[in-house]
Amino acid sequence: MWTSLGSTCLVKSGVMRMPKINIKPILSGIRRVAVKTHRVIRPMLSASGRAFKRALIRTQPSLIAVAIGILAGIIVMLIFEPNMMLWGLSRLVMGGFNMGMNSFGTMLHQSMTIILTGLAVVFAFRTGLFNIGASGQMMIAAYVTVHIGIRWSMPAPYHWIVGIALGTLAGALYGMIPGLLKAFRNVNEVVSSIMLNWIAANLLVWLIGQYVLSVSGGHSANLKPTALLPYLGRGLFNNSQLTVGFLIAVAMAFFIHMILYKTTLGFQLRASGFSMEGSKYAGMNTKRNIVLAMTISGALAGLAGSLLYSTWGRTIPRTVAVFREGFEGISVALLGLGEPIGALIAGIFLSHIKMGGYYMQPHFKPEIADMIIGVIIYSTAIALGLQIVLKRYRERIKNYLKARKAKKEGAQ
Amino acid sequence: MTVFYEIMQATLVAAIPLLIVALGGLFAERSGVTNIALEGLMLFGGFFGIWGVQLLERNTELPVQIIYLLAMLIGATAGMLFSMLHAYASIYMNSDQIISATALNIFALAFVVFVARTTQVRADGTPTGGLQIIFRSRFIIREFPVLSRIPVIGDIFFKQMYISLFVGLVIFIATWVIISRTRFGLRIRACGENPHAADSLGINIYRIRFIAVMLSGALAGIGGVQFVANTSTEYAANMVGFGFLAIAVLIFGNWRPPRILFAAMFFGVMRVLGQYYVRIPFLASLGIPAPFFRMTPYIATLFVLALFSKSSKAPKALGQIYDQGKR
Repeated sequence: MWTSLGSTCLVKSGVMRMPKINIKPILSGIRRVAVKTHRVIRPMLSASGRAFKRALIRTQPSLIAVAIGILAGIIVMLIFEPNMMLWGLSRLVMGGFNMGMNSFGTMLHQSMTIILTGLAVVFAFRTGLFNIGASGQMMIAAYVTVHIGIRWSMPAPYHWIVGIALGTLAGALYGMIPGLLKAFRNVNEVVSSIMLNWIAANLLVWLIGQYVLSVSGGHSANLKPTALLPYLGRGLFNNSQLTVGFLIAVAMAFFIHMILYKTTLGFQLRASGFSMEGSKYAGMNTKRNIVLAMTISGALAGLAGSLLYSTWGRTIPRTVAVFREGFEGISVALLGLGEPIGALIAGIFLSHIKMGGYYMQPHFKPEIADMIIGVIIYSTAIALGLQIVLKRYRERIKNYLKARKAKKEGAQ
Repeated sequence: MTVFYEIMQATLVAAIPLLIVALGGLFAERSGVTNIALEGLMLFGGFFGIWGVQLLERNTELPVQIIYLLAMLIGATAGMLFSMLHAYASIYMNSDQIISATALNIFALAFVVFVARTTQVRADGTPTGGLQIIFRSRFIIREFPVLSRIPVIGDIFFKQMYISLFVGLVIFIATWVIISRTRFGLRIRACGENPHAADSLGINIYRIRFIAVMLSGALAGIGGVQFVANTSTEYAANMVGFGFLAIAVLIFGNWRPPRILFAAMFFGVMRVLGQYYVRIPFLASLGIPAPFFRMTPYIATLFVLALFSKSSKAPKALGQIYDQGKR
């Protein structure tokens, strides 16, 4: 529209000499096209602008939390070794890119597990349940996979497929227990999940000692080569540990997104998450939904354990300890705003930070990354309240400035 | 009989930290704030307490038991300060109590490992780079002067014992009295049962809950120090799930001090039997492996939750964010 208007202006004002050909139909044609595209694009542009703005507002708590986390990291660095602060910060921000494609591959490999545990937490979260037992479900699944990988014999692709499938199933069944307890006995799923985590931890010590102990005795034995997941792009990622498991994790994120937003089941689960009473009143089977949500959540956590422990060189230590990846799933879910795709992004981001912590050695110990992650979760927890406080302060400052201005004007 | 005494002594040693931490959880939960950060608080308090032990034994000539008491004091202070983060988030910032507690657990572990690995030095000043805090003091009291000669009781309570037992008993009695006999205890209970009613009577819900969470942090810190000092010769940033076990104790004890004492003893016995069952002919013949003894407390808690959830005396407002405007 503007171009055609502009040219007509130029012609009319005589700056541009009119050629002898009849330009009118061409001009009107251009104008028509311009108007049409304008009509199509303008709402699209403003919609995407609005969507971007909305996304920014929605991700604001996460962004604030990340900023606070990194600030905390800077403070810790300043306390312990101030003159290495900038070096440390650059290492932290570079994260998985520190050592080229190899570290990038390792970062993606590490993100696989926490993306899946994050998805497990997200899925339960969306149904109004808090799955703090992702660790336990992961441990049971990991053991089943390791057991199959060591004691069964099968040709290559089937072996790891069976191991992972049965491991996932075990995780699902273990996740079902808190679901059943919640649905039929009204037992708080947080408490029962914590108990189940420690039951799994003790059970694993015994099972490993009994069935799959390595020669040295401190941990489980190595899996048979047929039970190992194939590597992904060894040439591209410079021999990193990255396996096809990462692709499964990414696919799962989209799959869970589809389930939650495009199916009746997902709708019902989200409805239960909004209001358990309301969905019950609407005629949904909330008991079934609770059990189903916890089972699927357990399956996702189980998949995480199975994939992680069918990687080469990975063994389960024979100590009474709960896998920490399950708790990291909570961080991922929170930072990802309770969205499956958000969990995917947050999982990669957190493993990026962790890699950054690893490469901050020897000047800083790698646990600094975990501290930053702890601060990030804490900040997401208080983010809503924090936003209100910040807003209040902003208003207070505004009012103060306004009052000062008014005072000045009054004085004049 | 010696096996019996040994088991009783070991049970007391295991049960007392558990009891103290569970009582800490009791304060928080009776005021309506879930505290699953007990594990992290134990780690944090234990870290500073044991670090204090190391510094005191290297730089001063204080008697061992005084060092132990001071360490508990340091641990309590550290735990209390750290728990204020949880209190602030969950009481003033309306955050989810589970989430902020999880953040504390993650942060505490990372913090203690980071600080220990960065600052730990050997006696000659060279950095160790490890996460262990090694201490030389041994706090065990082989035999109390006169009291150990009392038959049975003397053998159980006054031989091979730590002063933590008596600290724990004092804390137990104090907690019981505070919760059920004082005005402050009544207010804590009111905050956990019906905060709106309490608020309408002029009680500051926020302040009471804040103090209750701080108390829980202090007790968890003491428990963390005792756990390391009694069972190990170094602090290795691992509470082997004691904080979570304490939550199990609290639930198994139905949020009532006397039953918590019983639950702590029961869970302590189960833990100890995992180590001693080989020496008891009856249990050895059953052939139950040690991990199953350690699993029992958790399974028992699940059963209690599943079977008796109707008669559960859990505080009514537990885990709910207090919103003055909501009625």
